[in-house]
Amino acid sequence: MTLVKVYVNYKKSILNPEAQAIHSALNRLGYSNISDVKLGKYFEITVDDDSKDIDSEINEICDKLLANVNMESYRYEIVEGANA
Amino acid sequence: MSNQQQATPEQIRDQKVYRGMGLTDYEYGLIKDNVLHRLPNYTEIGLYSGMWSEHCSYKNSKPVLKKFYTKGKRVVKGPGEGAGIIDIGDGQGVVFKAESHNHPSAVEPFQGATTGVGGILRDIFSMGARPIASLDSLRFGNVKNDADKYFISQIVAGISSYGNCIGVPTVGGDTAFDDAYQNNPLVNVMCVGLMNIDNMEVGAAAGAGNAIIYVGADTGRDGINGASFASAEFDSEHESQRSAVQVGDPFNEKLVMEGCLDVIDNHKDALVGIQDMGAAGLVSSSAEMGSKAGGNGMKLNLDLVPQREKGMSAFELMLSESQERMLLCVKAGKEDEVLKVFADHGVNAVVIGRVTDGSDYVLEHHGKVVANVPVDSLSADAPVYHRESKEPARIDQESPEQFDPEVSVPTETLRKMLSQPTIASKENIFKTYDTQVQTNTVVGPGSDAAVVRILHKNKAIAITTDVNGRYLYLNPRVGGQMAVAEAGRNVVASGAFPLGITDCLNFGNPEKPDQFYELDQAVMGMSEACEKLESPVISGNVSLNNEFDDVAIYPSPMVGMVGLIDDLKKVTTQDLKQANDLVYVLGKTGDDFNGSEIQRMQTGKVSGQLFNFDLDYEVKIQKLVQKAINDGLLNSAHDVSEGGLIVSIAESTFGNQLGVNLVSDLTAKQFFAETQSRFVVSVSEENREQFETLVGGDASLLGRVTNDNHLFVQTADSYFDMAVDEAYQTWKGALPCVLK
Amino acid sequence: MKFAILSFPGSNCEMDLYYAIKDIIKEDAELVSYKKDSLDGFDAVLVPGGFSYGDYLRSGAIARFSPIIKPLQKFAESGKPVLGICNGFQILTEAGLLPGSLQKNVSAKFICEPEKLVVNNNKTMFSNGYDFEQKITLPIAHGDGNYYADVKTLRELEENNQIVFKYWNNPNGSVANIAGIINKKGNVLGMMPHPERAVEDILGSSDGKGIFYSIVKTIKDRGVIYE
Repeated sequence: MTLVKVYVNYKKSILNPEAQAIHSALNRLGYSNISDVKLGKYFEITVDDDSKDIDSEINEICDKLLANVNMESYRYEIVEGANA
Repeated sequence: MSNQQQATPEQIRDQKVYRGMGLTDYEYGLIKDNVLHRLPNYTEIGLYSGMWSEHCSYKNSKPVLKKFYTKGKRVVKGPGEGAGIIDIGDGQGVVFKAESHNHPSAVEPFQGATTGVGGILRDIFSMGARPIASLDSLRFGNVKNDADKYFISQIVAGISSYGNCIGVPTVGGDTAFDDAYQNNPLVNVMCVGLMNIDNMEVGAAAGAGNAIIYVGADTGRDGINGASFASAEFDSEHESQRSAVQVGDPFNEKLVMEGCLDVIDNHKDALVGIQDMGAAGLVSSSAEMGSKAGGNGMKLNLDLVPQREKGMSAFELMLSESQERMLLCVKAGKEDEVLKVFADHGVNAVVIGRVTDGSDYVLEHHGKVVANVPVDSLSADAPVYHRESKEPARIDQESPEQFDPEVSVPTETLRKMLSQPTIASKENIFKTYDTQVQTNTVVGPGSDAAVVRILHKNKAIAITTDVNGRYLYLNPRVGGQMAVAEAGRNVVASGAFPLGITDCLNFGNPEKPDQFYELDQAVMGMSEACEKLESPVISGNVSLNNEFDDVAIYPSPMVGMVGLIDDLKKVTTQDLKQANDLVYVLGKTGDDFNGSEIQRMQTGKVSGQLFNFDLDYEVKIQKLVQKAINDGLLNSAHDVSEGGLIVSIAESTFGNQLGVNLVSDLTAKQFFAETQSRFVVSVSEENREQFETLVGGDASLLGRVTNDNHLFVQTADSYFDMAVDEAYQTWKGALPCVLK
Repeated sequence: MKFAILSFPGSNCEMDLYYAIKDIIKEDAELVSYKKDSLDGFDAVLVPGGFSYGDYLRSGAIARFSPIIKPLQKFAESGKPVLGICNGFQILTEAGLLPGSLQKNVSAKFICEPEKLVVNNNKTMFSNGYDFEQKITLPIAHGDGNYYADVKTLRELEENNQIVFKYWNNPNGSVANIAGIINKKGNVLGMMPHPERAVEDILGSSDGKGIFYSIVKTIKDRGVIYE
């Protein structure tokens, strides 16, 4: 078993209204030192050991499904031998 | 496109940099030699590329649009100013307009659809009207694979997410499927607003010293030069254009809308003009505002524009299409009053410039003048092209011969017809729209026209969107007439009389003579029908270059019609109401199959010469239905359109699950003919004599409504026989099955 | 009597409630901004539907930090009626005035349609105008209407008869077909269906009037009220 942690977020130039609304809510609550909020998606994907090339597979599923490459970028971490 | 890499004026000339922004050599020459009499710089070229795009200038369609019938005694404001306005009495007006978002939706379906809804809403509230209803006219290719399903679901989800959040009910629209739209779907959104005519706003900036106020979201690098992008053709390799994605924020738009309506309603004295920042963003809204005022210039300081990203160039700031932004012109001295209103609504607003004497449009950035051009040259003086027109070969058909459908077992053909995606129920789409917020929706999606009550008045408006591109493909002129006529029938069947129309002219490339012919002829046809139906064109939108790999979509001028129901008692639906009522078909039925759903269903395409259409007869039939409803004679009325008479009869049985027992001297085939100018109506026994006297020979009695849940029609040669419940399940279940 | 109708940034059903109360129920009503810090002078509070703060983060999660929430909590403690509809229900759960939470519909889609409900408890100040087990039709219009409560909470709701409305055909995946619940004290009701959209026959149903009449009757009789 291999655990892959995938983080998907909006590209820098794309507006994220939800993160903006949360940011201003935090400011209103008195957390005036908060200067930016990012909000994305986090996936934990468990891959069976017999997968041959995890990197290309993960890139493929991110491009195809997990991220909207028009607007989002992604990165991932491979956690070898995790008890997923 | 950043500051460092901007081409010099000489490089722009020598390397023809302007071509990459959508300007031609001829247009560049005009700017250099006739307008500025010097070399334009990068920012200036950017301004012209946005403003002289088809999307902003209508340079290819202006001569055609002049042909539209636009008169009418109720017209308060016709085409030209954002949305048009029609007087509905009691000092109130309805404001409506439609807008296409085809290209953005093709690239990014969810956000393309959301920003389409957001844009048209701003057009409406910038006139001083509160949006009360929106409709969506969608055209997709036939669903072949999971990618198609995903695409459609994303468009629908985008519309749903934006409209539901902002609290404007999505009350109707139309959806059709044809391979002609496979790579170039159509996403057209229509919005209707209600206003006190006294509050009418004009998007003009007049009076030197007055303030230009920027309202709403920060400017980012969203959709830079989207207007020239929207006007460009697509091909298989359009991946590189994907930087143009804008993201809609309905929550922010709601705040901006409430703030703007507050200013318009309660601070009228302070306000000079208001304009939506739509296509070509800040340059378009400010230049149009300046140009319309006449006799004034404008000076903007771009350092004051609220910015979401660091280091944006003047070019990017002026051409960004970030959403949820408005531009206001406010009287000098009244700035703080207006800024406070927006602050109360939680909306960002700042003064970014002033109206000036003279006629120069001047932009300053980082302490330097980065553009200085005559204000009229951007907007009013954009070039206009008279394109060449040539009839496509397919239209020049000698034989009027009609397709002969194969209908050996009529019930089976009906079953198949009811499950065609274009015919089938669209419930699983509109169920995801909030159709009732604002609590005025009397008739929601699924009937001929949506009916929305005018609050606290005994009246309502009926709204519909229609066009059958197949008819226009075979004959753009007659098809254009039919599009308006069908919209008219839908509005009339709901108990209304037509007030006017808006349109989205979705066509191919106007530089190709055969495709320009389609646009030109369609507009003439639409205009003829508008005049006969006394339903002027009050606003509209043009979407050209709907082409993929050189193949154009069907010519598809979406017609959005609004009608007035002057007494709520007249609201009529398509559903049969009670057993024993008499069922009639109004209008004559012929062997009219070229361009029909059955031709496409059985041959996979449409072909031949389009069948005849008599506009005068259409008017006569529509007037008869209006009179019958006014006299309280009809229990239901339903227009006959795609799929023919049998589909209209079946649909009439669904709402209340009533049956029919009918006999006709038409053949079973003729029950699928798409002859225009027809309605299926039901009349109670007590009104029979009065109804028959009124309609004379223009209606045929078919039989009666039954409560045995059975659809039975004896034709001249055969019969249809189907349980209503089964027909209903077939019709209702088809689309969810296709999209699953 | 006088209703307060709260208004948050992004609320969009507050005017629908206002007209329902003024035009149809014929009682007094006033919009109260989320910025206000008092609910003095009102007999009942309505928390409207819509998308407060765009439903960003979680429905109702940001609205519940508004200044008006403190006086609302005090108002609720005093025993006077508080009715949260749709987004209003979501805000009340986020504010801790009602147990449980509202999740995304199981279909993951927004659903707008008339829904048949069963009145599961007609002894409340919001439902005493209906018969026990009466079937009424009210529209729903929500994306996050799937009510969730853990087993213990659910048992409590059932034991205390706090489930006031149930769906006849569960449209969104709510546990125990829950469409509306009341707090233990019996004066705070949250429901996903929209009674204010069902107060006129011309708009499809008048079944929602009973909820507002129940509140009015309760206030006027001073019968069930907790002071």
